[in-house]
Amino acid sequence: MPEIRVTPLGAGQDVGRSCILVSIGGKNVMLDCGMHMGFSDDRRFPDFSYITRNGRLTDFLDCVIISHFHLDHCGALPYFSEMVGYDGPIYMTQPTQAICPILLEDYRKIAVDKKGEANFFTSQMIKDCMKKVVAVHLHQTVQVDDELEIKAYYAGHVLGAAMFQIKVGSESVVYTGDYNMTPDRHLGAAWIDKCRPNLLITESTYATTIRDSKRCRERDFLKKVHETVERGGKVLIPVFALGRAQELCILLETFWERMDLKAPIYFSTGLTEKANHYYKLFIPWTNQKIRKTFVQRNMFEFKHIKAFDRAFADSPGPMVVFATPGMLHAGQSLQIFRKWAGSERNMVIMPGYCVQGTVGHKILSGQRKLEMEGRQVVITPTLPPPALSHACCDTAAGVMQVEYMSFSAHADARASCSCGQAEPENVLLVHGEAKKMSFLKQKIEQNSVGKPRRGRACEGGFSRACADRARHLAEALSTPPRGQLLYAANGETVTLSTSPSIPVGISLGLLKREMAQGMWAGHAGWGGAAAGQVAPQTAPAPAPAPASQGYSRMPRSPGSCRHPIMKDSNFRLVSSEQALKELGLAEHQLRFTCRVHLHDTRKEQETALRVYSHLKSVLKDHCVQHLPDGSVTVESILIQAAAHSEDPSTKVLLVSWTYQDEELGSYLTSLLKKGLPQAS
Amino acid sequence: MLDCGLDMTSTLNFLPLPLVQNPRLSNLPGWSLKDGNAFLDKELKECSGHVFVDSVPEFCLPETELIDLSTVDVILISNYHCMMALPYITEHTGFTGTVYATEPTVQIGRLLMEELVNFIERVPKAQSASLWKNKDTQRLLPSPLKDAVEVSTWRRCYTMQEVNSALSKIQLVGYSQKIELFGAVQVTPLSSGYALGSSNWIIQSHYEKVSYVSGSSLLTTHPQFSVVFQPMDQASLKNSDVLILTGLTQIPTANPDGMVGEFCSNLALTVRNGGNVLVPCYPSGVIYDLLECLYQYIDSAGLSSIPFYFISPVANSSLEFSQIFAEWLCHNKQTKVYLPEPPFPHAELIQTNKLKHYPSIHGDFSNDFRQPCVVFTGHPSLRFGDVVHFMELWGKSSLNTVIFTEPDFSYLEALAPYQPLAMKCIYCPIDTRLNFIQVSKLLKEVQPLHVVCPEQYTQPPPAQSHRVDLMIDCQPPAMSYRRAEVLALPFRRRYEKIEIMPELADSLVPMEIKPGISLATVSAVLHTKDNKHVLQVPPRGGWGPPPRPAQPTGGKKRKRPSDDIPDCKVLKPLLSGSIPVEQFVQTLEKHGFSDIKVEDTAKGHIVLLQEAETLIQIEEDSTHIICDNDEVLRVRLRDLVLKFLQKF
Repeated sequence: MPEIRVTPLGAGQDVGRSCILVSIGGKNVMLDCGMHMGFSDDRRFPDFSYITRNGRLTDFLDCVIISHFHLDHCGALPYFSEMVGYDGPIYMTQPTQAICPILLEDYRKIAVDKKGEANFFTSQMIKDCMKKVVAVHLHQTVQVDDELEIKAYYAGHVLGAAMFQIKVGSESVVYTGDYNMTPDRHLGAAWIDKCRPNLLITESTYATTIRDSKRCRERDFLKKVHETVERGGKVLIPVFALGRAQELCILLETFWERMDLKAPIYFSTGLTEKANHYYKLFIPWTNQKIRKTFVQRNMFEFKHIKAFDRAFADSPGPMVVFATPGMLHAGQSLQIFRKWAGSERNMVIMPGYCVQGTVGHKILSGQRKLEMEGRQVVITPTLPPPALSHACCDTAAGVMQVEYMSFSAHADARASCSCGQAEPENVLLVHGEAKKMSFLKQKIEQNSVGKPRRGRACEGGFSRACADRARHLAEALSTPPRGQLLYAANGETVTLSTSPSIPVGISLGLLKREMAQGMWAGHAGWGGAAAGQVAPQTAPAPAPAPASQGYSRMPRSPGSCRHPIMKDSNFRLVSSEQALKELGLAEHQLRFTCRVHLHDTRKEQETALRVYSHLKSVLKDHCVQHLPDGSVTVESILIQAAAHSEDPSTKVLLVSWTYQDEELGSYLTSLLKKGLPQAS
Repeated sequence: MLDCGLDMTSTLNFLPLPLVQNPRLSNLPGWSLKDGNAFLDKELKECSGHVFVDSVPEFCLPETELIDLSTVDVILISNYHCMMALPYITEHTGFTGTVYATEPTVQIGRLLMEELVNFIERVPKAQSASLWKNKDTQRLLPSPLKDAVEVSTWRRCYTMQEVNSALSKIQLVGYSQKIELFGAVQVTPLSSGYALGSSNWIIQSHYEKVSYVSGSSLLTTHPQFSVVFQPMDQASLKNSDVLILTGLTQIPTANPDGMVGEFCSNLALTVRNGGNVLVPCYPSGVIYDLLECLYQYIDSAGLSSIPFYFISPVANSSLEFSQIFAEWLCHNKQTKVYLPEPPFPHAELIQTNKLKHYPSIHGDFSNDFRQPCVVFTGHPSLRFGDVVHFMELWGKSSLNTVIFTEPDFSYLEALAPYQPLAMKCIYCPIDTRLNFIQVSKLLKEVQPLHVVCPEQYTQPPPAQSHRVDLMIDCQPPAMSYRRAEVLALPFRRRYEKIEIMPELADSLVPMEIKPGISLATVSAVLHTKDNKHVLQVPPRGGWGPPPRPAQPTGGKKRKRPSDDIPDCKVLKPLLSGSIPVEQFVQTLEKHGFSDIKVEDTAKGHIVLLQEAETLIQIEEDSTHIICDNDEVLRVRLRDLVLKFLQKF
């Protein structure tokens, strides 16, 4: 059996450094090439030795696909291509191609200049790496080679984020990357067509976090910011330069305008202005509303939001600052956090997910004491996560408030797998912590109860609230997978057997004939029976396997990835007549004519008529006809009545049929032998 | 339906629509027949020897009489100029299909339509002339009115509501996107290099391929244009059975580079002499190129202080839209957005206040207006739009110049209702579409089996009948068509692709009949859904319709006579070969038949089994067994015959 094999090199059951190896139809594709922000050692990059211990990356991989510009999806790219060594194509959308090198450079600066890490990739390596990138447009079918094709769909996670379909022959995989099912203030919702992949690889980052309704969250956010600013406090919002930042900026901009607020809003320098400019130039990637109105007003030209200068952090009075990076692990956001953490009037709002090992993760997971530059900062959260959706960290003396708000555009439990619209056969979960993944897995499986599929139903050991969330998820999963639900750890291979159907050319005449018969018979759901002959092309074709091998003996080598994708197969389906003709053979017609003696004193014509009405009444499903010349036909069987040469009270029925009608002909003779019913 | 363009040259027969009351136009004399009959003098006006219809301008529609538009499933649009008739086709005609076009095509197309509607609607004209259209009357009119075709089908402009409704039927597509139509054919738009989002289309089934090449450009020959859009995708056009070729350059003798040079120098000359320059243009397309050239030219030509005005109800939208479709531009322009910078330099012209844009001459423009200046405005037919105002304003002075760059209209005809004119007229048509040299290069590269094109491309232009280089030259000769002609494309469909389920494929055992040729008989159920055919393993119960619902339980099941009727769909192998009579007779004898007689016939032999009153006719490729109703005997004979034959 052909197989699809998936091996996470980074993301399986681990947030950060997304990197998944997919083998399909003899092709090897790497999905994403991310880094882990919680580590500074080897663990920050995926384990490419899994591939390199057997040879060079370029020899093994047919292509690399990057789903979006977040560093946990592309951060290891220069290391991978320039330091480990990969020269094949790297596919990504144009916005990703534009923004990714900037974030990589940013990341490099922090790692090398600020943390002093050695053996890191250089600026030149980033440039060289980006030269290997091929831009992919939405819905464009990119032919990587003769057999491998990829297609991008809108994912709505960040600007330029895409889901990818990877297809070889009739087998396919869809990789969702991070995606967002609900349109937000600047991006649209993810969309994919009913492409029915064999396998859907999707994320489960937010598996246990059901985000409050969008409006609630926004109102909450604005309220917290407003309150803090009103009492003269400072608000720090650690963000990634691109993505959620723009959504929150739009939110605050409109709020400031409506409330006529005067407190300054800053956006940490350089990158941000640039970032907003990208959004202006990539308007077709934003949501419907922005696209419609951008001529009148470009949403990314902010009036109230200004560039931040380091000195502003020490200015008195209220302010709101968006600062990078989003997980408080380094750079400006961390500096500001240190400065402001000491005052209970101030607040830090964490709008996104934080990876283990970062300061952001520490304060969100309820750590009370943080060691920073030898100084201890104490914070006391009242509610311990993982009920993270609203982890309000109450004020203690001299302690900054901490808010977590799930604004990140990952699919939440409700939306995860809503990519059911693609109608996948099987689903593989990646990019989540092991516990959350098993939770999501159970819930998806529960959803299947009462539905005809193979999935196993389990009872989750989670709270009622979790169960409720799972129910939402189940509802969102409009079409549960027909096959299995899988998840894999790093370096662990998941194998999926597929049975692709084989494309074959059929002569149009034969197809039309069979379809017409099917319709004529009026069998709902059933077509006609195809009586075809499969013949390989007569021309000396460079067939991969000897023609005599045929379908029944196709190469099966379990260890290797080779399997029979019969793309331009040499097989043709033609009618028997045509097959014989092409072979230079003539059909040999075998015909039988049986004499059936009947006792009947009437004339031959009347006998024929009696035969006709008898057969007509018995053979309701067959075409029985009485021809003008007096003969009777049943389908293609001919029956003629003749006088007996000696006995005038006996008539001879000549029943004549070909070998093709053997059963019916034989049946008719035995039926007629029994005699005709008396005419009533 | 491939494209639905609008023939706007019909508007040249009408008087211009002035924005403000225009005494010159309203005082033109009515036209009367030679015999003095003046019944048409309200409808027809005379100006410098030309006769014009004094009415709301009307457009010549595509041929719609020939087909029932409700039977059109799909319309493929190749570029924004080729969709201007869309509302006439999709609205009030019963059309229920889908229109496919790229996003830039739709956005720019919307702007062109919006501008057109706006131009016509903002100067309401009470009069709608129809008398002149009467066939008998039209014959009496002077040229070109006399020769105008299909005047009875000419229609007034559509409304914005109709435009919106038409555009809502469009489905957006991207280059190289494979779009399945009803499971029967696949269509794919390809970059054509001519305009923002312009595309050629491939229409293919599994075995046949038709390419539709419309409005393409091989920009490599236009260094001046620095390759603006994604280059034309030629490789994907290969292996076409038929290539439909249309939308070639309208000015095959003019070199776009030279034209741009002339445009710039004439513009500079006029302005330096204190005159104004008027450039009638569409709000999108060539204007981007012109602005880009001027951006490089302005400072070196010392024109930095001259204001450039772009006046159109959609000027702002057009300039904004051009900057957000980086993905549809050439590589050089794409890399600009990585910086990030807008791909077209007119952003900088606007920022530095060198280029200003206005929705119309009313409002802000009248305050800012400074002369001498350069004005880009529409419509290039000079029959409506703000351009009419500038023609009247500047026409009397020889200091001013009008420069024609759009190739769609004859500039002499466009100018006719403004005669006599003192203003200078320069004709610099810029048409970057394929010329005949490029066509022959393209055809050599792509090598389609057949070429289909409009009739006028298969002969030299009427005015230059000696220029045999100005026509398509290919082998076999191109098949040509003209309006409302039905053409059968020269290919026969012979094969279709279907799928065989793996279980069925596994059960096939091909036999090698000849070296390299194997054969297997396939017995399967053909499952057809959405025009996709799949061969499945036949159900175990045998052939025929799905099992009838089970009989109600209880009661003894009575055997009905029909229960053992065999289904005729049980398939027998096909037989081939021939029966060697002598061996056959020997075999019969071996199996206990005696009293066998063999007679020769014209075509073969007759074997008589006298005892059994049985007769076997044997010929080269047929055997006929004639016997009494003795099933045991018949089956024995049958099996003996089958032994000698090959079964497939």
